[in-house]
Amino acid sequence: MVRFLTRRVAFVALTLFIVSIVIFGVTELLPGDVAVMILGSEATDETLAALRTQLGLDRPAPQRYADWLAGAIHGDFGESLRMRTEVGPLVLERLRNSLALAGIAFIVGVPLALGLGIVAGLRKDRLADRAITMTTLLGISVPEFVIGSVLIILFASIWPILPASSLIDPRQNPLENLRYLILPAATLVLVTLAHTTRMTRASVIRVMRSDYVRTAFLKGMPRGRVILRHVLPNALLPSITIIAINLGWMIGGLIVVETVFGYPGLGQLMIFAVTNRDVPLLQAVALLVATIYALANLGADVLYAALNPRIRY
Amino acid sequence: MTESVLDIRDLRITYGQGAGQVEAVRGVSLGVNAGEVLGLVGESSCGKTSLAFTAIGHVAAGGRITGGQVLYRGRNIFAMSPAELQRLRGRDVAMVYQNPMASLNPSMRIGEQIAEILRIHEHLRPAEAKRRAIQLLDQVHLPDAETIVDRYAHQLSGGQQQRVVIAMGLACSPSLLILDEPTTGLDVTTEATILDLVAELKATSNTAIIYVSHNLGVIARVCDRVAVMYAGQITEEAPVRNLFAKPRHPYTAGLLGAVPNLGREGQPLRPIPGHLPRAGSFPSGCTFAPRCQYARDLCLHEMPPLLPAGEQRQSRCYFWREVRLPAGGVEGDIAAADGAPVSETPVLEIDNLRKYYVERKGIFSGRANRVVKAVDGVSLELGPGETLAVVGESGCGKSTLSSCVVGLQEPDEGEMRLSGAPLPARTGDRPRDLRRQIQIVFQNPDTALNPAQTVGEIVGRPLRLFQGLRDARELRERVERILESVNMDDSYLDRYPAQLSGGQKQRVGIARALAADPSVIVCDEPVSALDVSIQATVLNLLRELQEQRDYSYVFISHDLSVVRYLADRVAVMYLGQIMETGTTKRIFAPPFHPYTEALVSAVPLPDPTIPQERIRLQGPVPGAGSIPAGCPFQTRCPRKIGAICEQEAPPIRDAGDGHLIRCHHPLEDLARFGPVIELIPTAVAR
Repeated sequence: MVRFLTRRVAFVALTLFIVSIVIFGVTELLPGDVAVMILGSEATDETLAALRTQLGLDRPAPQRYADWLAGAIHGDFGESLRMRTEVGPLVLERLRNSLALAGIAFIVGVPLALGLGIVAGLRKDRLADRAITMTTLLGISVPEFVIGSVLIILFASIWPILPASSLIDPRQNPLENLRYLILPAATLVLVTLAHTTRMTRASVIRVMRSDYVRTAFLKGMPRGRVILRHVLPNALLPSITIIAINLGWMIGGLIVVETVFGYPGLGQLMIFAVTNRDVPLLQAVALLVATIYALANLGADVLYAALNPRIRY
Repeated sequence: MTESVLDIRDLRITYGQGAGQVEAVRGVSLGVNAGEVLGLVGESSCGKTSLAFTAIGHVAAGGRITGGQVLYRGRNIFAMSPAELQRLRGRDVAMVYQNPMASLNPSMRIGEQIAEILRIHEHLRPAEAKRRAIQLLDQVHLPDAETIVDRYAHQLSGGQQQRVVIAMGLACSPSLLILDEPTTGLDVTTEATILDLVAELKATSNTAIIYVSHNLGVIARVCDRVAVMYAGQITEEAPVRNLFAKPRHPYTAGLLGAVPNLGREGQPLRPIPGHLPRAGSFPSGCTFAPRCQYARDLCLHEMPPLLPAGEQRQSRCYFWREVRLPAGGVEGDIAAADGAPVSETPVLEIDNLRKYYVERKGIFSGRANRVVKAVDGVSLELGPGETLAVVGESGCGKSTLSSCVVGLQEPDEGEMRLSGAPLPARTGDRPRDLRRQIQIVFQNPDTALNPAQTVGEIVGRPLRLFQGLRDARELRERVERILESVNMDDSYLDRYPAQLSGGQKQRVGIARALAADPSVIVCDEPVSALDVSIQATVLNLLRELQEQRDYSYVFISHDLSVVRYLADRVAVMYLGQIMETGTTKRIFAPPFHPYTEALVSAVPLPDPTIPQERIRLQGPVPGAGSIPAGCPFQTRCPRKIGAICEQEAPPIRDAGDGHLIRCHHPLEDLARFGPVIELIPTAVAR
């Protein structure tokens, strides 16, 4: 198990290293000159050159990459070109906000999705299954901004019990005012529900048809025990992977949802960095999002291996 | 002793709905008494498994009981409440399944899977249940039960898994145990030990056993009484000895004539003509009549009932008195071959072939790579018109060897020659003409044929590739002629594989190989996926084709009865090495290599009267990645001498006439071990 862990962690490090090269390479290729962006198009050549020297933009790319990577490893992503503050704390603050939102959606969404999937799988082709399948499908086929908007209309306009937007001060801890998180979190749950539910349902159906479940029934095991001891441990395994992917998305990929609700998370920060050509900020956010995905998958792999006796390294 | 445990009365099971519904079990009545082993034998989809499952109150999805009753000690199983049924299952009636790996929960320790039965049915505490689980594992002769109890299914071999499943069945000492093809898919040596276990169970308990199998040899070995099923009905029921000695239904007689019997010399195989009726389209009279040589007008119009046919016997045939075992050389008998002439130049020569696999452990593990010696220095020769069988347990390297010959895998070392000319290792390096000369027939005809091509296209492809035939009419004529040689008419030309039966598909597979006009055909278990009655057709076809066209066969098989029937020479492989080679006659008679001896003694014979020595190999084949030092067979050898077997590679002893044995025992000693089977020469009019 230790060897397996080391190997997986090493893989994650390698992945992130490659990702960092890609991020740096792509941001290098972005159209637009940062110095021009900052000083405006009327700036003289000398002031532009001076700013480039000051920002270190005149040095060769590999050298700048090495410096950037060395800094990034120590948590130093340089200074935001636009906000004129340290990138690190800025990103961490938004990460905390994103984690808060994703955390709530995760805690509510995963048990709900698994539960619905199990019920649908066990009651295959019955009314409960049809209802669950239809609703979750609706969640996945309607774009997330529509879901968000519908929720706002329902719970902020028609029946105003919740705030329509989540425009909070980014520096404030979002958990201090949970009301603001309910609608965006609900949107996340609805969007991700279908994946996990359908995966779990298919998996439960597959396991219910397996020979060993038939064996368990024909050994005279009560139905409840068969489901708890024989079906679920085997059926829930494949859901772990899809939950991990969803988790990565909920933390680092919420551009649309955060925009709809005006929630100050990583997604919004990313948009800000892109529209303002704020390269250090963009690099930091991109690398962070990649790390989140990689770690979520690592967690899934480890959990999968830990729960599945057939995988032993 | 004659206390009835299970009584099935006029049972009918129907699958499907409306117009698509099919009656799979058609009015079966059958009983089992305590302490009795009832064999239920028949070919695929005859309804034997559906029938067996009803004894535990289970009907597969899509099926339902449409008539009759299943009485367990007088209580109708299908009238029980769910709670009653749950108490019955596992406690009074238990079941052992065909595929042990699939019937064990992969993520639950096997001890727990046994213990939970005791906890639910006998309300034992967890610690006590586990103790009993260990006892049960011990009872089914699993070595080191205390450790095995905490293992997972995937950590056990196939034979061990099946013992675990049997232990699960025995947990509550049921009054009825159903064994559904429990040895199908296991090696013959493992099968023999499982059958011994069943026999032991029969001797030591009063449990009634229903043993379901398609294998007549297995049935002959363990059963007291046999019911033969055909197309959802019982066609014959009789005590085991009487059934095999004097079958009283034409189908039983046909089956016995169609299986090769290791215990009978020079017996020709007689396939049952025609094919199994498709469920749902049964003829109006006797279901077997269209394939029956005894059938008369009456049979075509009126379904015969089960008629009493002697003491404790029933037969669903009006003319059971006329039925005889199809012995005797009416159609010209084929004498047991004693090897092709040795003097001729061989078609195929294999010289010191080695194929090692390196098991990679991944780039970050830092563990040493393990070398698996799949084929380890094999030398063989194949004469023109000769059949060389390569036999051995799974994992012995016989399939790797055949892949190397065909060129699907590249050996690491060694040379191959075809008609004296060097044969390049890779198919890509072989000139077109060499590729043409070596063809293969695969094990599973269902997956070997392209489902999107018609029979005509499949068989025509080698003709276009190797003979450059382009003209559509000529191509069609040639394909028709080739199909004719495998006894298929031109109506099959435009059919797709899905529209063919298993035996027909395999004949198309053979036709495809023939179309290339090869000199060597590698047959990789060509009949192991086929039903008994079909198997004989394909074996006879291979034999006829060889007589007409002088093909040479490399025949890969695990079935020694088939090998004895078809092969001129045999090579016995174990862990990548040839342990014994010689003509078929010599291989099946002493002196034996101890491994060959054990293999022959394990084969279930479809005749309960033939005496057979009982030599059993313990444990599974060691992985080819950890071949024992000295003689590879020493860890399982019942005739191991001692240290010499562990330290030195055995010498190759020449018993004359090309019969080579790789063993430390001198030939005189090996010869003393005596024959394993008393061979009974078939009374044939020569």
